[in-house]
Amino acid sequence: MAAAPGSGGGSSAIYHRSAVRLMLPTWIVIGILLLLPVLLMGVYSFLTKEFRGGVIWSPTLAAYDQFFLDRGLFGDEPPSIEWTYIGIFWRSIWQAGTATLLCFAVGFPTAWFIATRPAQHRTVWLFLVTIPYWVNLLIRTVSMKFLIRDEGPLNAMLLWSGVIDQPLGLVNTNLAVLLGLFYSYLPFMVLPIYAAVERYDFALSEAAADLYAGTWTTLRLVILPAVRPGIIAGAILVFVPSLGAFLAPDLLGGAKTFMIGSLIEEQFKGAAGNWPFGAAVAMILMTIVMGVLLIYARGQTRRSQ
Amino acid sequence: MGGSRVAISIDRVVKRYGDFIALHGVSLDILADEFFTLLGPSGCGKTTLLRSIAGFEEISEGSIRLHGEDIAALPPHKRPVNTVFQHYALFPHMTVLENAMFGTLRLGWSRQESEQRARQVLDLVRLSDFVQRKPAQLSGGQQQRVALARALAPRPKVLLLDEPLSALDLKLRQAVRGELKQLQRETGIAFVFVTHDQEEALTMSDRIAVMSDGRVQQVGTPREIYEAPVNRFVADFIGETNLIEVEVLEVCDGQARIRLPGGHALACPAAPGAAPGSGHISLRPERVSLCPPDGGEIRAQVEHQVYLGTDIQLLTRLPDGEPMVVRVQNSDADRLPQSGAQVGLKLEADAARLLAD
Repeated sequence: MAAAPGSGGGSSAIYHRSAVRLMLPTWIVIGILLLLPVLLMGVYSFLTKEFRGGVIWSPTLAAYDQFFLDRGLFGDEPPSIEWTYIGIFWRSIWQAGTATLLCFAVGFPTAWFIATRPAQHRTVWLFLVTIPYWVNLLIRTVSMKFLIRDEGPLNAMLLWSGVIDQPLGLVNTNLAVLLGLFYSYLPFMVLPIYAAVERYDFALSEAAADLYAGTWTTLRLVILPAVRPGIIAGAILVFVPSLGAFLAPDLLGGAKTFMIGSLIEEQFKGAAGNWPFGAAVAMILMTIVMGVLLIYARGQTRRSQ
Repeated sequence: MGGSRVAISIDRVVKRYGDFIALHGVSLDILADEFFTLLGPSGCGKTTLLRSIAGFEEISEGSIRLHGEDIAALPPHKRPVNTVFQHYALFPHMTVLENAMFGTLRLGWSRQESEQRARQVLDLVRLSDFVQRKPAQLSGGQQQRVALARALAPRPKVLLLDEPLSALDLKLRQAVRGELKQLQRETGIAFVFVTHDQEEALTMSDRIAVMSDGRVQQVGTPREIYEAPVNRFVADFIGETNLIEVEVLEVCDGQARIRLPGGHALACPAAPGAAPGSGHISLRPERVSLCPPDGGEIRAQVEHQVYLGTDIQLLTRLPDGEPMVVRVQNSDADRLPQSGAQVGLKLEADAARLLAD
């Protein structure tokens, strides 16, 4: 007995008929928790600012104007491109990107190490990786500052061992922020890569070696492509929150290390803020992130075809 | 096979894992143009031996020579042998063509030469229409052929096959046997094939090494292995047989006089190493026929029958209580004795073979 194509199984027919009803809970959750807030933020970014925080319901492009255009101190000069915020964006992307690379450089070998331990030891190693994350992010970031400050243990140790003859002066530099970001998000890189490596079929490495590939060639041509989904997931999980981070730049950096997260935070904190501008910055950030992910997803589907 | 060069010479190879000894001093010569099978139950060391040839296992003692050159110290990627893995281990992110090009590219062939060779071997395994597919888009049989093509493309001196048919279903497995044998003849290189399936081994091999407990028990053609097993393990593992304890009266020049249970004495071929005293003979069920109780060499009592289609198997018991299986053709079914009946068993000439223990 051959079923006519498209007739489908009994159960799938039921799903098709009740598709709307069955999907409703999902749509409600996504709608209330995801779409509505984004929509709200989008709307706010086009409203006029209220000086004590909040908005006045009268539409304007002022927020975006402020972001992209420089009209002088009193707003009466001919507009030219405003570089301040673009600079902050660029620095943020650069810092988040570097932090992602650093997390990968440390996270990949770590994940590989854990995934290649005997099964009963892996849980222990994974637990050890996540232990610091039971501590509040603020505390951890402050601790990082304590560790790397001029009077802290890192400099003390380096001075004592004679590697350096004066403190490194790490605090308030981009490097300090980078270290903070790296430390904050490392497990988000380790865990997805671990999951991918655990599923990796080590017979593939043997096959590569059998076909005359050395260690590095095997890593490049066989292992990395095979665990690629884990690496991509890890990179997104580190890059996106790093981009919007404000604790690390606030606590470990200074005026020269200002990042988007802090910029947005400032617009909403206290009475000095500018809600529409904060919303606009967030919208621009989201557009960039979504754009990058979209381009990536496009590339993915084209590859798999 | 006469006068063929030796492709792989394995000399007193020992492999230890801590206290466990996987290979107890294995020595074998594999000729340059033969289909050689390592046969044995799981855990017998056959896969360890194959992986030692490929280089995935480091041997503890002994030497492995490939056309005279000792390769035991070389890493896998420097050995001119290729492997077809049990579950194929095809690179999932590469197309069939890219998989087949992988080895030759690593050897430094140009892209053009590499692709030409890949297409040639894919043609050989009849996969020309699938070169742009990914492994996941192929059936099990097709994946197996990609694995073969990939391993053959770099022109290995020896092809190693690690139970490559075990993942296929029965019908396909039977079809692939013939193809593999054919491929071996066409390529003219040595195939070293690992299996636990004796039927596979008997139908495809030029020679078989039967292994158990990390030792080679017997090396020979399928016919030698089946008809002249040297010891109880080989006789029992290959095909179906009856192992009967007998009294060995004398052994001389490959012949022995033995006394069967029940007292009948007869002459039979003896395996090297058989000695007077107590021993075992191997008696294939199809080489014994039924006769009236006093007409044969042994008496037995019929217990029950098993219907096998072309044959009928009679399970009988000897006077000393030992079980004995007899196989008769289905055409005799009407004249078969009932359960509980006493029968005589008549042995064909040289049906019994005295084994070394």
